[in-house]
Amino acid sequence: MRNCEYQQIDPRTLTVTPSTAQNQTEKKSQPVRRKWEVFPGKNRFFCDGRIMLARQSGVLPLTLGLIVVTCGLFFAFDCPFLVHHLTVFIPVIAAVLFVFVTISLLWTSFTDPGILPRATPDEAADIEKQIDTSGSSTYRPPPRTKEILINQQVVKLKYCFTCKMFRPPRTSHCSLCDNCVERFDHHCPWVGNCVGKRNYRFFYSFIISLSFLTSFIFGCVITHITLRSQAGKSLVQSIQESPASVVELVICFFSIWSILGLSGFHTYLVASNLTTNEDIKGSWSGKRGAEDSGNPYSYNNIITNCCATLCGPMPPSLIDRRGFVPPDEAVPAASASEIELPLFTAKNDAHRCTQSTKDVLERMVHSSDIPGLCPHGAPKTTPLGLEVPSLPAPSMEPSPSALCSQQHAHQPAPLPCTQFSRSREKDSVQSINPAFRLALPSPSLSRTSLILGDTPDIGFVLRP
Amino acid sequence: MKPTNNILRHSASLANKVFIQRDYSEGTTCKFQTKFPIELESRIERTLFEDTVKTLNNFYAEAEKIGGQSYLEGCLACTTAYLIFLCIETRYEKVLKKIANYIQEQNEKIYAPRGLVITDPIERGMRVIEISIYEDRGSCGSSSGSSSVSGSTAR
Repeated sequence: MRNCEYQQIDPRTLTVTPSTAQNQTEKKSQPVRRKWEVFPGKNRFFCDGRIMLARQSGVLPLTLGLIVVTCGLFFAFDCPFLVHHLTVFIPVIAAVLFVFVTISLLWTSFTDPGILPRATPDEAADIEKQIDTSGSSTYRPPPRTKEILINQQVVKLKYCFTCKMFRPPRTSHCSLCDNCVERFDHHCPWVGNCVGKRNYRFFYSFIISLSFLTSFIFGCVITHITLRSQAGKSLVQSIQESPASVVELVICFFSIWSILGLSGFHTYLVASNLTTNEDIKGSWSGKRGAEDSGNPYSYNNIITNCCATLCGPMPPSLIDRRGFVPPDEAVPAASASEIELPLFTAKNDAHRCTQSTKDVLERMVHSSDIPGLCPHGAPKTTPLGLEVPSLPAPSMEPSPSALCSQQHAHQPAPLPCTQFSRSREKDSVQSINPAFRLALPSPSLSRTSLILGDTPDIGFVLRP
Repeated sequence: MKPTNNILRHSASLANKVFIQRDYSEGTTCKFQTKFPIELESRIERTLFEDTVKTLNNFYAEAEKIGGQSYLEGCLACTTAYLIFLCIETRYEKVLKKIANYIQEQNEKIYAPRGLVITDPIERGMRVIEISIYEDRGSCGSSSGSSSVSGSTAR
């Protein structure tokens, strides 16, 4: 038997029945799509999935524009004078800062902030089963939470009705992007993206370097006007000679307050290993009593906290934007589209994302003995949450959408971001187990408890 | 719903899936629970399962270790305006490749002969280790199914 060797199985060499032949031709005609094309969250993708943004990224061009315009005016109108009178390093420093600011901004905006992919139907069903069998649900179940111990401190994990999973600690669901984001800090409209685990360091670099840039430009422009005034001219005259400097002054003056404040705030957060979300909600502020105080994630050392947050290893993106959607999956309406249904599609997959597991299945399939078939039959009714008592109205968590205190009259560069940390829990569960419903688009719902494949006739038989 | 379709596609049918959840007792670092699931009791030895999960946990701990190398990587990245992430493979990505190879090896050597397949956690958003349990649908029981597997692999 050569099948046990690790070789790709050519479907054409298998015994073909008319129905499978039909299916094969159907599959060949289906276009192959990348996962970003079927991503359920509210994000926009560019460059074939390499770059991603939130859906509402309207203010990002403004942010970029302000930075570019301010620096452009500086280079054009102030630098010649300053180079002549002071030193050539002024535009050099400004250029370096400008490049750093722009690149950090682009990294922050275009990087996946740490989005968690939604739970597969199987996972969701498993979680539902655990919730039901654990007895924690009463006739009118409360908002689903799970308590765990982190470093001897009790932390509550909330169930996300959109993503169908218990959110890991420090994860929050961004309602603007409709994604759960790990280590969610806030959604920043100025950068047009959420700030989370993967792009927090870029965001921090951005605001720190922007603080330096605005301070530097502000200082240089003041110096410029002062030097002009000292050469025997009045202040008004100096300003008239260089009107662009006034524009820069105004922009920088207003932005310095906000950017410096924001930098200071985030430096405090980094040093205490907190997120904006946690700080605003007062999760670890000790208000609830002495027992609850103390951040369980903090290393209790400022330097370690800073290094862990900013210099820690760069985690990978979990959403695999550029992977291919296995082409022969039935894609239910909501969340299963980006899910890679494993293993059933082994033989007919043209594009394998899980090469290894599918190869293994191939070998298993071909090496096992297949004389006849057990009738595909007795759908064993299983206690997999088929009948979930109808859930009540969604339990809305109070949604703190915090606005940073500083107002921005002029919009210089990104300011106190209006920080949306609403975790609004939508109850998408109707009277039937939603995972069950999502996973079973076909009418043969009653036959199976776990649907894992593309066709409705797949099920499983639980032997007693 | 013809049985023949099932023969050709899935002679080993998926019976169940077990999800090994994350263990958050030490924080948000990636670590999975080593509690042995009841569904696997008849399929695989406890020690083998625990070894697999512990090795995976060690891999993830190595990837997320905050120490000299990660600081160096972070500082270097910062000085290059993080453009270095476009060029080099980070340590985390290297460890993920090691993990993928390890899981494949475990599947081939230990789990597939027992009718189980482990899915790499990265494909499930690092939330769970998904173990698929297969029932052999042949007239022989699962034990003879696995013996035919081992027989064929011996060739």
